Amino acid sequence: MVEIERHSYDVVVIGAGGSGLRAVIEARQRGLRVAVVSKSLFGKAHTVMAEGGCAAAMGNANSKDSWQIHFADTMRGGKFLNNWRMAELHAQESAERVWELETYGALFDRTKDGRISQRNFGGHTYPRLAHVGDRTGLEIIRTLQQKIVSLQQEDKAELGDYEARIKVFAECAITELIKDGDAIAGAFGYWRETGKFVLFEAPAVVLATGGIGKSFKVSSNSWEYSGDGHALALRAGSSLINMEFIQFHPTGMVWPLSVKGILVTEGVRGDGGVLKNSEGKRFMFNYIPPVFKGQYAETEAEADQWLKDNDSARRTPDLLPRDEVSRAINAEVKAGRGSPHGGVYLDIASRMTPEEIKKRLPSMYHQFLELAEVDITKDEMEVGPTCHYVMGGIEVDPDTGAAATPGLFAAGECSGGMHGSNRLGGNSLSDLLVFGRRAGLGASDYVRALSKRPSVSEDALESAAKLALEPFDGPQGSAKPENPYALHAELQQTMNDLVGIIRTGSEIQEAMAKIEEYKVRYRNIESEGGRAFNPGWHLALDMRNMLLVSECVAKASLARTESRGGHTRDDYPKMDSEWRRTLLACRTEGNDPVVPAVTVSKERQPPMREDLLAQFELEELGKYYTDEELAAHPGRTEERS
Amino acid sequence: MTYEAKLRVWRGDDDGGDLRDFAVDVNDGEVVLDVIHRLQAEQAPDLAVRWNCKAGKCGSCSAEINGRPRLLCMTRMSTFDEAETITVTPLRAFPVIRDLVTDVSFNYEKAREIPSFTPPKDLQPGEYRMDQIDVERSQEFRKCIECFLCQDVCHVVRDHEENKKAFAGPRFLMRTAELDMHPLDTLDRKDMAQEDLGLGYCNITKCCTEVCPEHIKITDNAIIPMKERVADRKYDPVVWLGNILFNRK
Repeated sequence: MVEIERHSYDVVVIGAGGSGLRAVIEARQRGLRVAVVSKSLFGKAHTVMAEGGCAAAMGNANSKDSWQIHFADTMRGGKFLNNWRMAELHAQESAERVWELETYGALFDRTKDGRISQRNFGGHTYPRLAHVGDRTGLEIIRTLQQKIVSLQQEDKAELGDYEARIKVFAECAITELIKDGDAIAGAFGYWRETGKFVLFEAPAVVLATGGIGKSFKVSSNSWEYSGDGHALALRAGSSLINMEFIQFHPTGMVWPLSVKGILVTEGVRGDGGVLKNSEGKRFMFNYIPPVFKGQYAETEAEADQWLKDNDSARRTPDLLPRDEVSRAINAEVKAGRGSPHGGVYLDIASRMTPEEIKKRLPSMYHQFLELAEVDITKDEMEVGPTCHYVMGGIEVDPDTGAAATPGLFAAGECSGGMHGSNRLGGNSLSDLLVFGRRAGLGASDYVRALSKRPSVSEDALESAAKLALEPFDGPQGSAKPENPYALHAELQQTMNDLVGIIRTGSEIQEAMAKIEEYKVRYRNIESEGGRAFNPGWHLALDMRNMLLVSECVAKASLARTESRGGHTRDDYPKMDSEWRRTLLACRTEGNDPVVPAVTVSKERQPPMREDLLAQFELEELGKYYTDEELAAHPGRTEERS
Repeated sequence: MTYEAKLRVWRGDDDGGDLRDFAVDVNDGEVVLDVIHRLQAEQAPDLAVRWNCKAGKCGSCSAEINGRPRLLCMTRMSTFDEAETITVTPLRAFPVIRDLVTDVSFNYEKAREIPSFTPPKDLQPGEYRMDQIDVERSQEFRKCIECFLCQDVCHVVRDHEENKKAFAGPRFLMRTAELDMHPLDTLDRKDMAQEDLGLGYCNITKCCTEVCPEHIKITDNAIIPMKERVADRKYDPVVWLGNILFNRK
């Protein structure tokens, strides 16, 4: 018998970022007992790294804004591959979720009349992002953290114990979901501090584990982003969708090498910063794609006029959706018009006074001064694309966040569908709040409706414990032991080079062969030292998830023979409307308990409700949809009559 | 440009440990955390170090470099002489868990002792109105990334474990000031700052301000104004007389 610390809760939330904490708050407010399990300390989740803002159609900066316009912008940004229902709920509810944060104590920047200020961002028709300078994510994580503390204070007053209803399990990692039959029965993991095992018995688990960026070399993501939730859901029998769509944020730092990939907020461009090539030209005017023709300014004068007053001119192409800007930067560098370190220039210095820059973009000012010795109030920044966000994730019911496995829920970056093939900046923080709440609600309703609680078998625990300790055994026989750090670096290089921003079939196949090789070598992984706070062991366990998720990304990328959003195929450069209504779902097959094989199958995208479809002009939809799908559009029926 | 840096890193756990010497390659532009990572990957795979974002935003990689509380990710190697031996040790004010990782639970316990934001009861979501100038004071303090370097450096607890019970530390005195200056907070926080959080222990040596990686003026903008508010309450003759006449506490 292995020694295991046991806890019993109604709901276990894995991940303590924005969506996880919002789910905790909701479940607790419905009267349930909730555990929140996080690989890091409380308040350190990746949400802190979000900079620019949180999109919500509050209409504070321009009263013409509405949820319908936010919805339409989101669908355009995702090239109409988004799950329309998620995009609808998100646009409808994000304003309420932001206002709610103020009641928890958040202090957003203000408009002149004292309301929440909103800033411009890529792909958003109106200034829409609630923000706090360029540290909005920090404000949101701290606000949610402090709300949880306030709920714990209420519980202490009522029940004499801070942890009577919510307990934070910090620096605790989940390696396995445990099922009773088909349904979730608990989650198994280890304390990072001691390496000792812990079991959470719970009928409902909410996955809120964020993204997968640590499988890529150049990434704005932290080490935690190893796709744990993606992999846990797969191994529990749920499916992932849209895994081929990865957002490369156009502006990451490129120099010095050690900081390559660190994010430079889109807020720089939102507040007036412009991209330039080595010839000093604002090149984005040359990269307005056909689907967005007519929606963006075509001269510098018009773009600058729009910044002053967005009702009298069209928006600047510097603020096209991120996929477009990343491809444009890539093309400029390829054409020999890049900066010395392989990026392009981002100029805010010539657009604003030094005082204004320091006030609006304080983190960026410090980041460049301290890490690159560049004073952005005087000089241009060098920037280039960095792996930033995965649009793909666990396939969920839009309203409740329920995955295919009964008792399993997901929200935030680890869920899929909401952002389609490309996420708009600012739509992530709002996604976390809207769907974190909904997943907390969905899990609560599920638990309340259960007639009997599932149970965890000793066998399941034994095998989970055995699997977690395998890295200490090293290779069997005479095989060469694999260093987890070295294997991780190889995987990152492969994903970066072969399944990166621009893809081709042959390179993806090469990546798949390498992933197969890594999976074999993973059997020989060896962690030295003991179980207490041992990062080499933690990485070995995370690698298991990274390999599985990387295979999903590669296989789905090979299957989708078109280019759309965060998936660009050099060998299939066009967008294909047949593919718009096709989703690729990844599932596991076979009975390999360590890293199972991945299958990819096509699914039909649910068609958009007619009243929402009617929000768009027929002409615009024609760029994305098949003719057959548009038969019922009111524009088409008018044409006929 | 690459050179080999001399690194001295504390290794051990709550039973004790010692400083170990390592030689590690350094590339242009790197920070101390890069070098610690290379040490992990190539020589000491089980070296315990806490880090997350490596961009100065999460406040996880706090440690002491040559005895000074610093973020490992924001300390450039170029700030040291190439011949210098760089010593990296865990935060001294907190119990060691392993190597560079310490038990910072003290901070989370103190956070729970501060009464939360308390808005006016009848104010509905969406109706909050505040002027930018009024939120800016608290916004400065909300830049805090909870790296706890200020808690580590503060001499009230750094060498006086016994003060931890009565003293919340700069981070949480600042949190109280933040709530006190929040335009819509309705609680009176002056007495609790003095009596429950140990505001009086601070004798404004400004060490906290000096180590803050977010450059928050903790002492000048949070602690001193809070002390003044408390002093106004305690020593204002009109308030004093009022308290006596109306038997207020």
